[in-house]
Amino acid sequence: MTFLNEDISKQIKAIFEPMKEDVNIALFVDKTGCESCDDAKGYMKEMSELSEKLSLSVYDIKGDKEKAAELGVEMTPSIVLLDKEYKNNGVKFNGIPAGHEINSFISGVLNVSGAGEELPDEIVEKIKSIDKPVNIKVFVTLACPHCPGAVSKAHKIALMNPNVNAEMIEANTFGELSQKFNVSGVPKIVFNEGPDLLGDQPIDAFIDAMENLSA
Amino acid sequence: MGLSFSLDDNSKGNEVNAETLYDTIIIGGGPAGLSAALYAKRKGMTTGIIAGQIGGQVLDTSSVENYLGFDSLSGQDLMKNFEDHIKVYEIPTTTGSLVESIEDGASFKKIHTDNGKAYRAKSIIISTGSKPRMLGVPGEKEFLGKGVAYCAICDGPLFEGLDVIISGGGNSAVEAAIDLAKIASKVKIVHRSQFRADQVLIDRLEQLDNVEIHLQTQIKEIHGERLLTHIIAFDKNEGKEVKIEANGLFVEIGYLPKSEVFESLVKMNDRKEIIVDRKGETSSKGIFAAGDVTDGPYKQIVISAADGASAALSANDYVNKL
Repeated sequence: MTFLNEDISKQIKAIFEPMKEDVNIALFVDKTGCESCDDAKGYMKEMSELSEKLSLSVYDIKGDKEKAAELGVEMTPSIVLLDKEYKNNGVKFNGIPAGHEINSFISGVLNVSGAGEELPDEIVEKIKSIDKPVNIKVFVTLACPHCPGAVSKAHKIALMNPNVNAEMIEANTFGELSQKFNVSGVPKIVFNEGPDLLGDQPIDAFIDAMENLSA
Repeated sequence: MGLSFSLDDNSKGNEVNAETLYDTIIIGGGPAGLSAALYAKRKGMTTGIIAGQIGGQVLDTSSVENYLGFDSLSGQDLMKNFEDHIKVYEIPTTTGSLVESIEDGASFKKIHTDNGKAYRAKSIIISTGSKPRMLGVPGEKEFLGKGVAYCAICDGPLFEGLDVIISGGGNSAVEAAIDLAKIASKVKIVHRSQFRADQVLIDRLEQLDNVEIHLQTQIKEIHGERLLTHIIAFDKNEGKEVKIEANGLFVEIGYLPKSEVFESLVKMNDRKEIIVDRKGETSSKGIFAAGDVTDGPYKQIVISAADGASAALSANDYVNKL
């Protein structure tokens, strides 16, 4: 393997053991120019070989316009984790989830496969009762050890409530977007392109922020 | 671009058990806590670790050059070595939850965490470490995440080609300046007195041509509109206020102990550091402390690791005499 060395591959294989259902990695690249798309493709190919329950589909954002629109993909490289029925549960990564973000990617795979850690009932209730559409953007850098925690929480929330979708955005890959949202500290968590939180906040802070959004 | 990966240890399963009465439970997963765990376990104590995250603050350090035996490696790699070493001993570890309170009972101590669980131990080793100190000047909170940052390794990449100020004069400030000089267009170190960083680091800093050094200069205010644009500082050499422009301000002025939870439990000094003797004993029987959370004068990885060893050995003595 070019990207994941033997040691890391072995560890990830073990972590993927408890996966319950199949997960499809839908990777969007741009054949007409995208600096990091080849790396993303190579890395995701190796990742998808670490569990029998994982599969990889590579789409071209221009050639597969309809698929991109269906999954709400607007930039490349972008990865959406689909469940066993190829359904989108709002778990997306924009930019390569390498560096520390390999951890949020793994946790995303486990969660989509139904093998994630369970949350206390009271929190689950609150998340399920959010009845307006929410988009959560989590801006990260790959060298940030506190960022995967924030990404995983956002994804977990998205999985529990169909009204919510959550996306990691690697700030260096998507510089313009990061500037638009004034990202100068990570993790920065933006709700519906409005209110934001800074840092790896507890799940209660996510819930408060979502409850306070105007419908 | 070459990809690199920083895989955490996700192997769950061996968690601290709420039913077991442990000989010792270690609170904190940095160098002090992991070293304490190693020594405690090797003494034959039943041992558990409760930590927010294994690795502690060292993870935020890009390069460690003063830990004997390793001439230069990243903080993350050093902690990976620590963690791999500890793994050999299969010590129950619970991460992702924080200690909320401790009940100091006659026969055992009860540790309550924020996920609603409680754990019991005959002795406790506190090694919760420290968190970055804030400047405490107007504008600091307002521009948090809008230019003001406390983790150079995390937020540094966002300042590519921009100008940044580093506040501080110790090792972490100078190291941050050296790192950021590779990314930022210009780095301005602003410090209220003289450098107290290691001379080798200062020498390296002075060789960089995009670093400006303002010593004897105290930051007074942080200004900007949407994002930070400049600071106002008092230049003691000139005896006047100066305006220093930058897009970012990295605060690296030292650390505060993470000791709030233990305030009613053990004696602390006026900096809220837990007072310990040379054996790591606190004012409370059966409660030991190690590393940055204590009143030890020097906050260094090697010292924290050594403290952890002392605290574990003395916890072992204590438990054997019960």
